[in-house]
Amino acid sequence: MQTAQQLAEPDLSPKISIKNLNFWYGDKHALRNVTMPIYSRQVTAFIGPSGCGKSTLLRILNRMYDLYPGQRAEGDVMLDKLNILDPKLDLNMLRARVGMVFQKPTPFPMSIYDNIAFGVRLYERLPKSEMDGRVEAALKGAALWNEVKDKLQTSGLGLSGGQQQRLCIARTIAVKPEVILMDEPCSALDPISTAKIEELMDELRENFTIVIVTHSMQQAARASKHTAFMYLGELVEFGLTEDIFTRPVDKRTQDYVTGRFG
Amino acid sequence: MADSHTVASFDQELNALRTKILRMGGIAETNVAAAIQAIVRRDRALAERTISSDARIDVFDGEISDLVTRLLALRQPMALDLRFIVGSLKLATDLERIGDYAKNIAKRSMALGVAVPTQPMHAIPRMGDMVLSMVKDVLDALSNDDADKAVMVRDRDTFLDEMYNSVFRELLTYMMEDPRTITGCTHLLFIAKNLERIGDHATNMAETIYFISRGRRMAIDRPKADTTAEVADPTQAA
Repeated sequence: MQTAQQLAEPDLSPKISIKNLNFWYGDKHALRNVTMPIYSRQVTAFIGPSGCGKSTLLRILNRMYDLYPGQRAEGDVMLDKLNILDPKLDLNMLRARVGMVFQKPTPFPMSIYDNIAFGVRLYERLPKSEMDGRVEAALKGAALWNEVKDKLQTSGLGLSGGQQQRLCIARTIAVKPEVILMDEPCSALDPISTAKIEELMDELRENFTIVIVTHSMQQAARASKHTAFMYLGELVEFGLTEDIFTRPVDKRTQDYVTGRFG
Repeated sequence: MADSHTVASFDQELNALRTKILRMGGIAETNVAAAIQAIVRRDRALAERTISSDARIDVFDGEISDLVTRLLALRQPMALDLRFIVGSLKLATDLERIGDYAKNIAKRSMALGVAVPTQPMHAIPRMGDMVLSMVKDVLDALSNDDADKAVMVRDRDTFLDEMYNSVFRELLTYMMEDPRTITGCTHLLFIAKNLERIGDHATNMAETIYFISRGRRMAIDRPKADTTAEVADPTQAA
């Protein structure tokens, strides 16, 4: 673990603090004593081989695991002053603050406009003119506005894969979350769409805290400021992305990022 | 680099790069040794062989550049691999310069052969031995991934600088005493400077090898002992 140097940086404040987090899928101990910060208005990447617990960790941050029986978490996960693991927590409220973008684009079978307005209506009643403004702002924020402004009433399913993923990002940011979780958001996209999403992450970073799970180490290297390497449910190393990829401290990190994992 | 990559062809390419650097280093080391011998024995044939051998070093330099470019483009190396590949490019550049200095020493040894005989110069072969041991040890440090040995090579550069200072002053004294030795002594002075520069490149290599191995730069408390740049008046030199 290499955190002292990062913690010493004055402009970094944790948006989410994870302390001694353990997680079980039934009997399977999937996360072991994970402790790390998610810094405010930064992109943090989780990397590691399949089954290392990175997606599990991501899904704890907006309590996705509540959807399934037999899964439980112990420890502290604080979003500012809010305990994310509190069983009495209003999950709709949590998920409005912590939005999520999935691996495959998941547009609803409705118009581009309604794809975005749908989520907003869950939380707010807005007059038509305000809703129009919110939809436009979200599409602009997701760098999709220019491509769809003349066809807002056409189906979201008619967009290309990369556009659909940006539509999902627009839908996520329309409800004004504080944190955006991305679970391999580019794995189904071509390189140009991927580059657009990465560029978008860089812009979104000014207003949102972003956490991305990715199998592409190049993507973690390009897009994130901090990287957490996980292995067998443990957080092996957390640090500045450039350190993780140029001079990792732990041998397991070195083996993984250089492609020596057996 | 102990463990192997999941992609075996990446290992083969990294090994090919390592082999090229070490072979290039082997030729450079041989040429430095031969150039020094050529001075000591005034051996013209040896000097000529040394000069023509430098072309092989240049070929390796080009091949290493190509291989490094290829590895960066196709493998997107990270961490230790990245440091080794980028470091290789720097090592090749230093070895190429070492080769050039050896070639220049060999050329000057031929000029020395026809110049007026100078005072016996014991200091040049002594400098040569020191430089040669630095080049040899830095290549050992590379092949054994031995960062501690690299530090020792770097630390020896100070003594080499001091030897160069004393050679510089000694040669100035000879030239003042007998102007007929100026041509020969000037060649010897350049030879000494070339040896001192080879030591600097061996030191650069030591620092690169240390960085490859440890991921951080060697501590920079390196004393500089070449003070000849500050000598203006030869009469003040001794």
